[in-house]
Amino acid sequence: MAKSARPSAANPAAAKPASQTAAKPRASRAAKPAAEPAIASSVADEAAFALRSLQQAHANHKRYDASDEELLKFYEQMVLIRRFEEKAGQLYGLGLIGGFCHLYIGQEAVAVGLQSALDEGHDSVITGYRDHGHMLAYGIDPKVIMAELTGRAAGISHGKGGSMHMFSTEHKFYGGHGIVGAQVPLGAGLAFAHKYRGDGGVCMAYFGDGASNQGQVYETFNMAALWKLPIIFVVENNGYAMGTAVKRGSAETHFYRRGTAFRIPGMDVNGMDVLEVRQAAEVALEYVRAGNGPVLMELKTYRYRGHSMSDPAKYRSREEVQDMRDNHDPIEGAKAELLKRGVTEEKIKEIDKRIRQTVAESADFAETSPEPEMAELYTDVLVETY
Amino acid sequence: MAIELKMPALSPTMEEGTLAKWLVKAGDEVKSGDILAEIETDKATMEFEAIDEGVIGEILVAEGTEGVKVGTVIATINGEDDGKAAAPAAAPAVEQTVAESAAPDVQDAKAKAAAAIAPKADLKLAVDPELPAGTAMVPTTVREALRDAMAEEMRADSRVFVMGEEVAEYQGAYKVTQGLLEEFGPDRVIDTPITEYGFAGIGTGAAMGGLRPIIEFMTFNFAMQAIDHIINSAAKTNYMSGGQMRCPIVFRGPNGAASRVGAQHSQNYGPWYANVPGLVVIAPYDAADAKGLLRAAIRSEDPVVFLENELVYGRTFDVPKLDDFVLPIGKARIVREGKDVTIVSYSIGVGFALEAAAKLADEGIDAEVVDLRTLRPLDTATVLASLAKTNRMVVAEEGFPVCSIASEIIAVAMEQGFDYLDAPVLRVCNEDVPLPYAANLEKAALINADKIAVAVRQVCYR
Repeated sequence: MAKSARPSAANPAAAKPASQTAAKPRASRAAKPAAEPAIASSVADEAAFALRSLQQAHANHKRYDASDEELLKFYEQMVLIRRFEEKAGQLYGLGLIGGFCHLYIGQEAVAVGLQSALDEGHDSVITGYRDHGHMLAYGIDPKVIMAELTGRAAGISHGKGGSMHMFSTEHKFYGGHGIVGAQVPLGAGLAFAHKYRGDGGVCMAYFGDGASNQGQVYETFNMAALWKLPIIFVVENNGYAMGTAVKRGSAETHFYRRGTAFRIPGMDVNGMDVLEVRQAAEVALEYVRAGNGPVLMELKTYRYRGHSMSDPAKYRSREEVQDMRDNHDPIEGAKAELLKRGVTEEKIKEIDKRIRQTVAESADFAETSPEPEMAELYTDVLVETY
Repeated sequence: MAIELKMPALSPTMEEGTLAKWLVKAGDEVKSGDILAEIETDKATMEFEAIDEGVIGEILVAEGTEGVKVGTVIATINGEDDGKAAAPAAAPAVEQTVAESAAPDVQDAKAKAAAAIAPKADLKLAVDPELPAGTAMVPTTVREALRDAMAEEMRADSRVFVMGEEVAEYQGAYKVTQGLLEEFGPDRVIDTPITEYGFAGIGTGAAMGGLRPIIEFMTFNFAMQAIDHIINSAAKTNYMSGGQMRCPIVFRGPNGAASRVGAQHSQNYGPWYANVPGLVVIAPYDAADAKGLLRAAIRSEDPVVFLENELVYGRTFDVPKLDDFVLPIGKARIVREGKDVTIVSYSIGVGFALEAAAKLADEGIDAEVVDLRTLRPLDTATVLASLAKTNRMVVAEEGFPVCSIASEIIAVAMEQGFDYLDAPVLRVCNEDVPLPYAANLEKAALINADKIAVAVRQVCYR
């Protein structure tokens, strides 16, 4: 068989599947008058596809030109997530939060950088079970999040969802999903709805390096690319799928390349610098909003804590964690940049203090508000009565 | 003000642990993220990090101490006054209230659960909306009725779309979606690749995003690849979100045994889906029910699993000629009235039950046939009312016998209809084997009218 990097319609090997397809009744596409043979058009597209087409744009202009005010806002949001998660860990230790609780500490720049580029309440966001940070980055009240963690009636899911199952249709935050990878096709469904309605919205679907090995992710890549759905797939590569290091679980560890088979351009982004993340989001959004279909972004990041609260994280060294904290921390990085720009230490301290107050209030609220009424046990199973 | 550091719970099941090692001592300055101690839980050794900044005051539990209860104060930190010191102190009070209120709450829940299964006082028969006098009846195949239901709902609501394998250009693998592409175009009648898990998830996400998808599975056997989205994503989200996030979607397609297609293509998933709270499960038999219930399913705010049957697609029944023919979900129908015995069935089983009833009539046994139509929520009132009338019951189901809808109906009869029973309820199901291919074996494995008639004679002691 002739080897050809680019099979053409003239290549008999390539032409064969086409004629097979035409024999099936479903290939009535061929009956359309103006349509070219399917195989030829896909070859034409192939020439135009380059995995790193957006990476170059990102490399040309790596960091977002944030105003002081914007950078202060990013800093504040990241600190909010950090303090909120620390408090959640503390409340877990006190027995006020139960079950599984996955903290976002270390990964703050990803949600803040990406979602600051979205149109909150218009563009959809969906993620897995490590979801507190994405909710805070989308402006959802920390009180109702914390109250959900403690299983109280005032929680965003009335105490019936817990840490992994939280939603805000008002903010277009669609969860909060406990099954690894499930949020990826669900996100494509949200993107499908944006396209169907023609509302110009985009869906941002987050998943981890672990979820990247689920089959449904690739089923989704295929359809999202095929139908040019307005979706940004975001792989938050924090290095470990629970306790399995990326190298032990993935044949292709450059996750941004994983869309190549579906002609989805990939972007490789430093997820520990909020300004790099934000600028990469600008590039990806411009491409997706223009109707070009999906983008796959890999955000290299790190979680300082275990996979969940009950994970001792013995699969990595203390030095590795300490190095990330000392040399790559997204909050310290933003703080250093603010100081360099001449923002005063007092101003930063003021933010820190305000956030501590906000988080303390959310914890107080979450601890003191009542548990759900017993009647809630039976509500919301079905919407209608039959 | 000193902050109390308490023995943390570091796993969902931890009640006590060993304070293995202190990494700080009194007088040490700490900031958030510093590791204070190592604690051995029931599963592993965990690091205990500082959350607050300050200076370690006192170490209250020495390293090496075993059996330290969660919540015990193990050290203090003298922190800056940042307005949050009071928070941990409030914790024990809350835990107390939780513990106190738990007992009566559990009793309430049990009482409510008991009430839910207790016999209902009024066993009213559910009836379909009455047809206006002079309504014309149009002979229609089940296949056409399903197509008409989808087309009518798509005309009425632009959010409704159909997605699945071969639904558009091929006109449906079983021709149920015939003509829809022509009328509604490719934006609303969408061919998918062969990728059940993926498109079931995309459909579910689209429903969460405000659309009204109809997801066709070429057969429900293939939906096993997608069952995670049907159950974990579609059925549970409304509950988990406290009623905030709905999922109005219809998963539909043929279900149950077809003809000589072997075990992997021949299973009835009714009991699987009917097991799951948060789903509506419909399995109609005739064309009018197929049409009226599919329209209701598409209009429903809840996720619906709509189970059709390939062998019934081509059968013709009368369908009322009405613009807005919609039937109630959750209501069984008495398809044949009788006084001696009740045969409960659904889907293709209803045909066999009617055939059996006709045979039995010749023997002087007057059987009533109840078509459940909806498997979840189950119309127990209609079943029990019929049982109260006939005092004898057989459940006929084209599917495996173990943990079946038949099992459920028998449980309902035991719990709520025991005093009506003059004989044990019997079930007539397929043989408890994967469906074989050979014609004779397949025939032997499936239910039929004769097998139902045998069981009916048995409960009638004839």
